[in-house]
Amino acid sequence: MSAFWPVWLPDPSILLALAVVGATSASLGCFAVLRRQSLLGDTLAHAALPGIGLAFWLTEAKSPLVLLLGAMATGLLGAALLFALKHASRLKEDAALGLVLSTFFGVGIVILTRLQNEPEASQSGLDHFIYGQAAYLTWDHARLMLGLGMVVLVCLALTYKECKLLSFDPAFAASLGLPRRRLEALLAGLTVVGVMLSLRAVGVVLTVALLIGPAAAARQWTQRLSTMMGLAIAFGISSSWLGAIWSQTADATPTGPAIVLVASVLLVVSILVAPGRGLWWHYLRLRQHRRDVAAENVLADFYRHGERQGDRTAPMPAAELADQRGLRFPPLERTMRDLCRRGLAESAGDGWRLTEAGADEAARVMRSHRLWELYLARRLDLPLDHVHRDAEEMEHALPSEIVAELDAHLGHPRVDPHGHPIPRLAAEPRPTEAKEGSTGHGS
Amino acid sequence: MASSATLAPLTAAPPAIEVHDLTVAYHTQPVLWDVDVAMPPGKLIAIVGPNGAGKSTLLKAILGLVPLTTGWVRIDDQALAARRQTLAYIPQRTSVDWDFPTSALDVVLMGTYGRLGWFRRPGQRERDLACRCLEQMGIADLAQRQISQLSGGQQQRVFLARALAQEARTYLMDEPFAGVDATTERTIVELLRQLRDQGRTVVAVHHDLQTVPEYFDWVVLLNLRLVAAGPVEEVFNTENLHSTYGGQLKILSQAAAALLAKQQGLVS
Amino acid sequence: MAPDVYYSLVVVACGILVSASCSLLGPFLVLRRMSLVGDAISHAILPGIALGFILTHSRQSLAMTLGAAAAGLVTVWLIELLLKSRRVSEDTSVALVFPMLFALGVLLMERFARYVDLDPECVIYGDIEFAPFDQWSLGGLALGPRPLWILAGVTLFNLLLVVLLYKELKLTTFDPALGDALGFHSGWMHYILMTAVALTCVAAFESVGAILVVAFLIVPAATAYLITDRLSRLLAWSVGFGVLAAVGGYGLAREELLDCSVAGGMATMAGLIFAGVWMAAPRQGLLAQLRRRLS
Repeated sequence: MSAFWPVWLPDPSILLALAVVGATSASLGCFAVLRRQSLLGDTLAHAALPGIGLAFWLTEAKSPLVLLLGAMATGLLGAALLFALKHASRLKEDAALGLVLSTFFGVGIVILTRLQNEPEASQSGLDHFIYGQAAYLTWDHARLMLGLGMVVLVCLALTYKECKLLSFDPAFAASLGLPRRRLEALLAGLTVVGVMLSLRAVGVVLTVALLIGPAAAARQWTQRLSTMMGLAIAFGISSSWLGAIWSQTADATPTGPAIVLVASVLLVVSILVAPGRGLWWHYLRLRQHRRDVAAENVLADFYRHGERQGDRTAPMPAAELADQRGLRFPPLERTMRDLCRRGLAESAGDGWRLTEAGADEAARVMRSHRLWELYLARRLDLPLDHVHRDAEEMEHALPSEIVAELDAHLGHPRVDPHGHPIPRLAAEPRPTEAKEGSTGHGS
Repeated sequence: MASSATLAPLTAAPPAIEVHDLTVAYHTQPVLWDVDVAMPPGKLIAIVGPNGAGKSTLLKAILGLVPLTTGWVRIDDQALAARRQTLAYIPQRTSVDWDFPTSALDVVLMGTYGRLGWFRRPGQRERDLACRCLEQMGIADLAQRQISQLSGGQQQRVFLARALAQEARTYLMDEPFAGVDATTERTIVELLRQLRDQGRTVVAVHHDLQTVPEYFDWVVLLNLRLVAAGPVEEVFNTENLHSTYGGQLKILSQAAAALLAKQQGLVS
Repeated sequence: MAPDVYYSLVVVACGILVSASCSLLGPFLVLRRMSLVGDAISHAILPGIALGFILTHSRQSLAMTLGAAAAGLVTVWLIELLLKSRRVSEDTSVALVFPMLFALGVLLMERFARYVDLDPECVIYGDIEFAPFDQWSLGGLALGPRPLWILAGVTLFNLLLVVLLYKELKLTTFDPALGDALGFHSGWMHYILMTAVALTCVAAFESVGAILVVAFLIVPAATAYLITDRLSRLLAWSVGFGVLAAVGGYGLAREELLDCSVAGGMATMAGLIFAGVWMAAPRQGLLAQLRRRLS
């Protein structure tokens, strides 16, 4: 090992092997997540255990290739059994997965403990496959993994388009004449290979995390499969490297669990802050909506006040405004500060008044409100006391296209069902009669 | 709830089911929006509307099986919790796993569980009742049959027998005629009339507009919102059907989706 | 009694009680399509066990048992929380939650409990072999092997649960909507069942480890599902197959035969029994299916 290699960094062979594992698992995981087969990989990983034991028993060799071939053999057997159980028994998918998983694992344990009890047994290091032991990955392992990982990635790249269709809409894929069964078998086969690769690194139990974690995290950031796969690969590689470094630098920290915990943190962060889908942004949008509703309600109050006064920018005392909404003062003050900052209102005496822009905005809100009332009353014969409460909610949500559509649909009406004028938009010519004949309070 | 109390006098009775201001949403999809309807007792009532109009959801909302966004439901002018045992629910046949290891008689017995309450097991009395209900549906000979071995029509009859075993006052049925043979359909219609003649109320989600006037007395036309409700001869007319099934409601559902998306913080 | 006979009897009795307690609950998991939630719970009790151990420095404490059972319920809750956030689908939320908790458990054990008698190996296949040596005495009164008492208690609890709430479990499993409509809260039944599964996993952990529990939960129930069409008989067959797997598995694992882990032998035996039944079951079996297809 070169003297320049920093001590906190695992050997290059380990890093290479982990990168291969991270990339293959993550890209396979994308399809598993999208096809709702996240737990298939878990079962296949457990099904590999007896194969590893058998291969060692039969050949007495610990060559990584032999063990891998053994693992693949029973992994594929497990996949075949799952298929048979699905088609020739009444067991549902979850029971079939649990059955194959636990039985194969039990057989694997029998073989491994049997080997341990052999008189001349050298503790063969087979239990590394259960918890993983990345620190023991040599260049031999790395080269083998690189080769197999490349095979998986190339197969995925060649069938990318077909697999994408299969994951999105299997029925449509079949209608196009895609060989659905064969594609499913191919994906299952590739998953077996991918899972085998990660057995060494993180072990039987935690393999599923490396498969699903990065893919599920990547899903939060994008709506496109190609981007999702790229991100998943990046997440897969970075969590296995970070986990390995953590394990290298801290005491008694096995690599497998370290990698899985890093991947879990990445996932939680993704679910919280990924733009668009993140729960944090979701919360912010909810808060913004509440504030918008509060602001638009106040604008509507100003509008009605203006109608009564015959002046659309008539000032309104704070006490009266608070009275209208039944609002306590602090939230009202915050809403008004907000409106002033946006240039829609300004203070006037012991209250506020709307600016011209504010008056236009208030007209827009009232327009949605009154058009909606009219629509409900005409289309659905709803009683008048119902339409108002309903429109109170709708005025904040109706996009301008729907308002325009409503307006056209109702034949560009002038008054709402209560007899109040429906404001025109500022851009439109303002009919003079719009300011007349509004007396009653609240609509 | 004693069954003698449930068959109270029918004169000047309160509505069997009263729904007020009811809004239900699944995720961003508004399913029912501000529905108000009072269904009279002792009638055969059809709920009619296009696919996705919220018909099944209305039944589930009445039964308290889905969370209500707004509004309330009253049964015989009382809260649902107090009248739960007077309601029988017949879900769509596809809503359960017919591979479940149980017999037809056993499924019918489930109808008696509500009256039994926690811990008590069904005894001979319940077994006899269940057998009578199977007989009434004309499938007494299938009592011991595993339920996956029943035909579609027979499965529907088992569900109806189960509802009979509930000895309810009001029956809520989700598409009782879906996928059943002609004989079963006749049996069901016969049963519905018997129930009505005993003063019970039946509310059924129904798809076949042709048979509405023949099978039902009262109709609820639904498409996201209530379009009309009343006696068949008054409201089951071309104009209302056009409003229910016509394309005019596009704006309505778009608007409802926009509202929900805002309220759930899905768009800014 | 000869010591080796006593030893064998205790181990077999523990195996029987583990399978009986698990296979009483298994049918409900299988019928509710929650087999893998059972799997997830059995893995996820590990951090609870590790934390309980670190805090009390004992494997016997009540705190550890309760902590582990709580971890099992936290798993169920986390899976549902993730699902409710609508950011991932159901299978994915299961596949994300339990490896995370298992990894946390392994890490805690390696870090803080390494040199005491809780090691990663007993997580894999338990140490039912040591049950006879774990004697329990109360105020000088020798009561026999402790694991036997604990497992008997859990088996009794599960039996009472299934007998007393048979009707309610059946109804909410078959038709949860009707259960709700009749006033049997299906959500409560779900959590009652999950609590029982978590407690069972904790009790079985010492004997068969965290991973093989699922073999006892699922395999006997799945086997029974192939031969009967009545829930009551399904439960009886399930327990029967479970006990058979325990006894047969012990025979399989004896020194004269395979000389391997007893828990592994029991899981293998359960799988073999399933394979036999799947072949030969009167209606659902492969041979019967073949005969039907040929005739």
